[in-house]
Amino acid sequence: MSIWNTFLPALPEMALAVMSMALLMLGVFFRKRASDIVNTLALLALAVTAVLVLMTGQQGAIFAFGGTFVVDSLARVMKLLILFATALAIIMSVGFMKAERIERFEYPVLMLLSALGMMAMVSAHGLIALYLGLELQSLALYVLAAMNRESVRSSEAGLKYFVLGALASGLILYGASLVYGFAGTTGFSGIAQALKGGAHLGVITGIVFILAGLAFKISAVPFHMWTPDVYEGAPTPVTAFFAAAPKLAAMAVLMRILYEAFPDAAEAWRQVVAFMAVASALLGAFAGLVQRNIKRLLAYSSIGHMGIALVGLAAGGMEGLRATMLYLVIYLLLTVGAFAVVIAMRREERAVEEIEDFAGLASTNPGMAFTLAAMMFALMGIPPLAGFFAKYFAFVAALKANMVALAVIIVLASAVSAFYYLRVIKVMYMDEPKGAVAEMPFELKLVSALSVVFALGMVFWPQPVMQLAQAAIRSLL
Amino acid sequence: MIVSAFFWLFASVLLVSAALVITLRNPVHAVLFLILAFFNGAGLFLLAGAEFLAMILVVVYVGAVLVLWLFIIMMLDVDFAELKAGFIRNAPLGLLVGGVLLAELLFVFLKWQPAPMAEKLRMAPAAQGMTNTEALGRILYTDHVYFFQVAGLILLVAMIGAIVLSLHHRKDVKRQDVARQVARKREEAVRLVDVEPGKGL
Repeated sequence: MSIWNTFLPALPEMALAVMSMALLMLGVFFRKRASDIVNTLALLALAVTAVLVLMTGQQGAIFAFGGTFVVDSLARVMKLLILFATALAIIMSVGFMKAERIERFEYPVLMLLSALGMMAMVSAHGLIALYLGLELQSLALYVLAAMNRESVRSSEAGLKYFVLGALASGLILYGASLVYGFAGTTGFSGIAQALKGGAHLGVITGIVFILAGLAFKISAVPFHMWTPDVYEGAPTPVTAFFAAAPKLAAMAVLMRILYEAFPDAAEAWRQVVAFMAVASALLGAFAGLVQRNIKRLLAYSSIGHMGIALVGLAAGGMEGLRATMLYLVIYLLLTVGAFAVVIAMRREERAVEEIEDFAGLASTNPGMAFTLAAMMFALMGIPPLAGFFAKYFAFVAALKANMVALAVIIVLASAVSAFYYLRVIKVMYMDEPKGAVAEMPFELKLVSALSVVFALGMVFWPQPVMQLAQAAIRSLL
Repeated sequence: MIVSAFFWLFASVLLVSAALVITLRNPVHAVLFLILAFFNGAGLFLLAGAEFLAMILVVVYVGAVLVLWLFIIMMLDVDFAELKAGFIRNAPLGLLVGGVLLAELLFVFLKWQPAPMAEKLRMAPAAQGMTNTEALGRILYTDHVYFFQVAGLILLVAMIGAIVLSLHHRKDVKRQDVARQVARKREEAVRLVDVEPGKGL
């Protein structure tokens, strides 16, 4: 009985691990038509895991494995979001992978294992658990990026991501070893205890290294260099997955480590986070202006959005953290919607991804054009749409924390980035049509409809999202 | 008495074989003496009460690493004269690196003082009446079972990744299919032809 209680908090993770290994076996045995079966069962596995997450206690924080694993409201909400994002990514890839002839049953299994790594990350309550979760999710992502072996760009994306990701892991490890050396423990509560009397310079160095490594994972400046190349090279559904789930997980980890392990070094890390926020927001806005490829554009857009999400983290407090969480949820749904359209852009059996290829989409394929336009307006932050609320709350949080400069930067970066979002809309609605694109497959219609409804409807019914964000940060305050 | 006799035996054989490893000209003999050195090192570990380390040394180093080395040395045709050619030229650099290492070692042994708190931070040693193996096993499989399992999953992902990225099923390569070979019948393979003498087919 006691052993059961020890393992119970990690039940969703254990179930997901066992199910993904079972799917791997299944894939080997079915061989020929394995891909469809494994895809379907992978979605089922995600659903089962989500139910288990909901069932593992509703209130308070539960610790397991000697305090290195925690299930609290942040972990529960983030796990549900990660599972949701993974499910969306698997749904969106079915048709694309078939059309590109790179469907393999390992693909959903790797996605599941990556999601498992992310779940381990958001539940980590110690440096070792954090690192192991991070490695598990990254390693699966490297393989997913290089999934299209025939394409040089895909292999390049995988290799680039792998080399730079290994560097980021090294930075995190070095920082973790410094923190361990100076604090004498790897557990988050132990570290917070040790830093009560003020942080030694060595600890601060360690924190900066850990921040740098995590900044790589959320593609914040100055560790953003890999993002455009990897986004462009990886198969588009994989890019959609990159833009959604890993960022959620890494941001949650950032929140947890800053607010649970280093709350007494806040003065030190606040500057670093504020710098990353400003630099990312500005770089995302300006570098996006010159992009011709829609995937690169979305990469820079994601860098900019992560910058604004970091503003909430730098501001801190209830408002700040809620703003970050809200931003993540809204950004997740908007980016997935935008990618659903990009995945569907196929002309003459080939995927097209230049912005010029969207010319006149409004007359040839009004549904897709409308979806993408809605996503672009929402990402821009035009008032009644969902993206506006995300930016508004980050803005208010920065003002409340007396960080006027950050608030000004948000507005400035949004204004500049509006140009490239508007350009996509202009190309779709005002340029001469370039020939019809293929009909959007059913599953992509479903995903984009979900995003459109969310983007347009959040103004009428914001409570669920607000409550979700509020619930997530409850355990940090 | 017996223990100290064995200590001298293991220690002297260890030192002699270690010296032979770096002086012998034949690399195969050198590796064989390295194996002998490791066996004696394992013996010393046993005397010190570290039975787990002793077994690991024999199983991992002697059993796997050195056998691999032996294969490599026997398969590669290493030209040692050529390897030694740059010896004099690179000697100053080597001496410099060696000198720095020596200085650091001296520094550690002579000047280094552990912080007074460090002793207390050290984890409690194994409880009385528990072998090393059991203590290590408890740490790895009981206290840190979560880390152990996640690390296992990471290795699984690495394996899947290697297969996904590198396994090609090429159409133009003939592969053996045992089932088809066994199921083959005489009628499918053999054709009897009535050849007229002097004409050929």
